[in-house]
Amino acid sequence: MNAPVQTPEAKAAYDARWQRVMDCVNLKTPDRMPTAMFCTFWLAKLGGISHRELMYNYDKAKELGEQALRELEPDVHNPLLLNVAAGPVLDAVDYKQLIWPGHGLRDDQPYQYLDREYMKADEYDEFIEDPTGFYLRKYLPRVCGAFEGFEEFPDLPGLHYFRLVGGVRGFGRPKLRAAFERILKAAEEVDKFAEQHAAFTEHMSALGYPTSHISTSVAPYDLVADYFRGATGTMKDLYRNKDKLLKLLNKACTFLTRQTIAWSKASRHPIVFFPIHWGPDNFMSQEQFKTFWWPSFRQLMLNIIEAGIIPMPLWEADCTKRLEVIRDIPPGKCIYWFERTDMVRAFEVLGDVTALRGNISPSLLTTGKPDEVDAAVRHLAENVFHKGGKLILDAAFGIPDETPVENARAMYAAARKYGS
Amino acid sequence: MSDLEKQEQNLVEWLADMREDEAFALAKKMLLEDGADPLRVLELCRNAMDIVGKRFEQGEYFLPELVLAGEMLENIGAIAKPLIKQKPGEEPKKLAKVLIGTVHGDLHDIGKNIVTFMLDINGFEVKDIGVDVPVDTFLDEIKAYGPDIVGLSGFLTLAFDSMKETIEAMQNAGLRERMKIMIGGGQVDAAVCNYTGADAFGTNAVDAVSLCKGWMGVAA
Repeated sequence: MNAPVQTPEAKAAYDARWQRVMDCVNLKTPDRMPTAMFCTFWLAKLGGISHRELMYNYDKAKELGEQALRELEPDVHNPLLLNVAAGPVLDAVDYKQLIWPGHGLRDDQPYQYLDREYMKADEYDEFIEDPTGFYLRKYLPRVCGAFEGFEEFPDLPGLHYFRLVGGVRGFGRPKLRAAFERILKAAEEVDKFAEQHAAFTEHMSALGYPTSHISTSVAPYDLVADYFRGATGTMKDLYRNKDKLLKLLNKACTFLTRQTIAWSKASRHPIVFFPIHWGPDNFMSQEQFKTFWWPSFRQLMLNIIEAGIIPMPLWEADCTKRLEVIRDIPPGKCIYWFERTDMVRAFEVLGDVTALRGNISPSLLTTGKPDEVDAAVRHLAENVFHKGGKLILDAAFGIPDETPVENARAMYAAARKYGS
Repeated sequence: MSDLEKQEQNLVEWLADMREDEAFALAKKMLLEDGADPLRVLELCRNAMDIVGKRFEQGEYFLPELVLAGEMLENIGAIAKPLIKQKPGEEPKKLAKVLIGTVHGDLHDIGKNIVTFMLDINGFEVKDIGVDVPVDTFLDEIKAYGPDIVGLSGFLTLAFDSMKETIEAMQNAGLRERMKIMIGGGQVDAAVCNYTGADAFGTNAVDAVSLCKGWMGVAA
């Protein structure tokens, strides 16, 4: 991939695309309805290659990413390499929370998350008391093979004076030493991955295509439910450990604020993506949502908004009943991306508060015909965008992996046709 | 009301109200100290689960309550079942046999597990054959189990094609006409139902129960 050189035409295209999205964020009417593209293994379908090859072949992933962007011409796109070409880094850290092609899955399957209890119910206090220590000695060795041995990581608080000097000896423990060596190698691999990602992003920027975001964060409840206690573990905790859960959510809000700001600054991109998993109407009651789910996420959003970040939560599934609750944010600071929530209803409730993103249905994109896709885009353009909604048109949760290319083309073409 | 009746009423109410510690302590006392009939205790648990199921259907309860209810039932069952001396009387007749599994390529199971639990407490006999189930396994299980209804679950969009293939294989094997097929999952809708050739679809466990009851001619 050549060193990026941005022509004046490409710069103008880049600026116009970005401006459309930012106009929406700022609740201003853009020159036309912007479009966003999010895709992962659809690139494999586009290129006629296996999911496995897409995960392990950086050059192919970059080639297909560029092909997709040139083909569809969205205004913004997700960091394509980060979401797919992760095979080498997953290997390097020996990541245990996913299985992927060649690691438990066939070559034609997308990676899938393993919902498990990675933290036991009786470990709340330990995590809350010392999150860093819990990560080092418990969590990291459980979820990454490279960190096995970190169970013996020396206990630092309390070390002082000659005891501190002597305490250094603990770092030479054979298992810990072996872990450090694995981690250094893994870090080198992650560096390569990051370089490939940066090279691709710069290349596409030079051609006039901005990214929708670079860094991703997580709602405090989802962090606990997805990555620590497991889905059903957390559901039981709503009854069995509710005070501790609330305490942890509060704590997680603090450290996620710190980390989200740091990662956003490092990526030099103001928009941060939040895939929202446990917010939907069907998962918990409105009262539980208002007590357990929403407050810590709202606070996290307020904290990062104050730091100049634009949160972009993707409200998965149907969140219609939550709309009135999640309205409670400062206007003109966010992008709310909806999957199955009725977008017209979302516009009615949230149109004066936030930009919207979505939401052409995955079943339509995968099983429908181009003229049906066209009609669905037209519906959103006419009933949301042209009625004043700051809509960034996209598929409901990105382009489904199985989408026929002609349907993807139809979606973006229709957005240009009806969005002016 | 006698003490026994009061105790039994408390057990049902506390289970239904998610008062887990009190319900478990009471069940344990009834079983281990009072010498209560374990079959009677299990019957009370089923009564409580009926209430839980109804509250779920009415939108008062959600997934956390179903998950906790399932675990309370399991914990009490673990104490009660070894105490059963006499042969159980005739089991209440089940409404129908349902075979359920997540289609090949997809490993998601939370939705399937919730549907299984809800069908079970609503009087269906359910056989859950797991996740990433190959087409041939579905066919073998259908032949061996003889279900009235087959439930195909899937969360990923790849499940659309897996469901379609599975249903086509049932058709080709001459098994399709003898049973109803429902599909379910976060991405499923009428278009997917039509695409796969299923009889009906649902996006939550209440849908699954009402579909099955409807097909079996039971009032929902």
